[in-house]
Amino acid sequence: MNENQANVLVVTLVTIINLLLAFFISGIVIWSLGEDPWFALETMLYGAFGYDEGLGYTLYYTTNFIFTGLAFAVGFHCGLFNIGAEGQAYIGGLGVGLICLWLEDWSLWIVFPLAVLTSIVAGGIWGAIPGYFKAKRGSHEVVTTIMFNFIASVIMVNLLSHVLRPPKEMSPESREFAEGVWIPQMHEIFNWFGLEITQTPLNGTFIFSILCLFLVWRLIWFTSWGYEMRTVGINESAAVYAGISVSRNIIIAMAVCGGLAGFVGINEIMGSSHRIMLNFQAGIGFTGIAVSLIGRNHPFGIMLAALLFGILYQGGAELSFEVQAIDRHLVVLIQGLVILFAGALENLFRPQVEQYVKQIVRR
Amino acid sequence: MWTDVLLILDATLRISVPFVLAAMGGIFAERSGVIDFGLEGKMLGGAFVAATVAHWTQSAWWGLLGAIGIGIIFSMMHGYASVSKRGNQVVSCVAINIFAMGLTVVLANAWFHMGGKTPQLPREARFMSIDLPFAEELRNFPIIGEIYYELISGHNALVYIAFIAVPFTAWVVFKSSFGLRLRATGENPLAVDTTGISVNKTRYQALILNGILGGMSGAYLSTAHLAFFVKDMSAGKGYIALAAMIVGKWRPYPAMFACLLFSFLFAIKDKPEIFDLLKGIFPVKLLNSFLDMSPYILTIIFLAGFVGRAVAPKAIGQPFSKEK
Repeated sequence: MNENQANVLVVTLVTIINLLLAFFISGIVIWSLGEDPWFALETMLYGAFGYDEGLGYTLYYTTNFIFTGLAFAVGFHCGLFNIGAEGQAYIGGLGVGLICLWLEDWSLWIVFPLAVLTSIVAGGIWGAIPGYFKAKRGSHEVVTTIMFNFIASVIMVNLLSHVLRPPKEMSPESREFAEGVWIPQMHEIFNWFGLEITQTPLNGTFIFSILCLFLVWRLIWFTSWGYEMRTVGINESAAVYAGISVSRNIIIAMAVCGGLAGFVGINEIMGSSHRIMLNFQAGIGFTGIAVSLIGRNHPFGIMLAALLFGILYQGGAELSFEVQAIDRHLVVLIQGLVILFAGALENLFRPQVEQYVKQIVRR
Repeated sequence: MWTDVLLILDATLRISVPFVLAAMGGIFAERSGVIDFGLEGKMLGGAFVAATVAHWTQSAWWGLLGAIGIGIIFSMMHGYASVSKRGNQVVSCVAINIFAMGLTVVLANAWFHMGGKTPQLPREARFMSIDLPFAEELRNFPIIGEIYYELISGHNALVYIAFIAVPFTAWVVFKSSFGLRLRATGENPLAVDTTGISVNKTRYQALILNGILGGMSGAYLSTAHLAFFVKDMSAGKGYIALAAMIVGKWRPYPAMFACLLFSFLFAIKDKPEIFDLLKGIFPVKLLNSFLDMSPYILTIIFLAGFVGRAVAPKAIGQPFSKEK
């Protein structure tokens, strides 16, 4: 085993240990609520995989988490801590929805690229403003992006209840778009090839999200801009010395983050609800932080981590349905623990694991 | 008019309490060199525990004690990760905030089945207003009597505690020998270490004070301002308190005034008189959403340093290690 492989082994083992720790504590919480953690685990896994519909929902949630996970990871490579994916997804989704409402008679082939572009622009602006404040005025992005989440929420509540709500409707949401601009659902896509699967909210955006994983991977490690950005993230003064503009990179990185988060709107609004709804992004942005950290901020890791959280979300929904005492928010608690162990305490067991791997390598 | 002004200032004071308490907590942590974005989580956790314990014991004071407990637990978690294990402090804070967000709702639903709410507390289990001596008698005495009656008297215990916490923090940080160690730890931990004082111990002490104040700020939300806990009730107040602290340049009195300014924005939103006045100038819908956003926008403007440059303690965010 060479050194590179040993490193991968260390990282994988450390990640698994951290995850197990987070799950162990979550199990204690479940147990202290008077429920059986093993039964809970079984229910969650059954809910996520046990039947076609569950699997569809799992992958549907996975799509969202791929986007917000990437939205966090890009910033992280630039030394930024973007916890505003929530608001960026909200505003990006607003852009997607407006395009769909406006051009609903057009062909999907034209509307889809336009919607992608709009969500990049809308989400990107929502990310770039805190990026600007960070780069030019030094305001910490954790506070400013959180504030932008709240501002986005106020804007959306007011828009949906006063402007976009059809006159006779009660609930604060826009009208439904014409069917022509809906992104085909997975069962329809499979149907084109003569395959039958159960109908779920899983839609074509899933394929798009895989494409995004690939593009971000290329962007971070194979372009000169990705190189500049990582330099800024690792050592700002070295970047300045090398003639790299720190502030430009920070602003662009935040804009890219926002654009990626905005794609949540495509999955949720164009792919599933087909209307602009209140809080469609709720919790997805924050989950992205855990997804990215446990995935070591690498697109491949993010894919696995997004799937893991897809399972937790869908399984958690099943669990709260089966067991009244356990709320869906259990998954938020697990997220917090995952961020704590995979992010802040990542070195807790690292020395021991390294020791162990070293012994194996020697043998 | 004069009474209106007094009433708005009175409302400002009431709203400012969680900000002031949390900002003082933030000062202790950050002065010692530990970043604290986790005030939000401590506030949320404190609010939930205070409401729950107060419901069980029917005593607001036991609730307060519980809130302080959870505040300390959270700040010790932060300390373990960022002081002892030298992890990334910002990540640790965000973890605590998200953990608190999940834990409070899960427990609230498991115990009370009210959709993330806790049961309404009766008057006895809340912090009710206290009339200071001679308030009634002085009421009609112009200006001073009115100020005393409307503004100073008639608040609950936590309001007074919060405004005692400000001079207390100022005294501890700038006048006590602990404060000297605290500030030195935040500026130059290596120098502190050479004098034989433990950097990590000082940081843990600061975090205990931070947890106490952070938990108390939550207790105010659920057992004094309102009479129950509700999901996500801190609504960014912890972050706003942090911004106020930064604007106050990590000093207690300026931070308090920044908190009062934020609270003033929240207060005018709730006053119909002011609202009617502004309604003549702006369209109602626009005004509504603008007022809802204003504290958040002001936070961003403040942080962007448009009101003067803020210089953080030098060693902030850096874990201390002797080997380096």
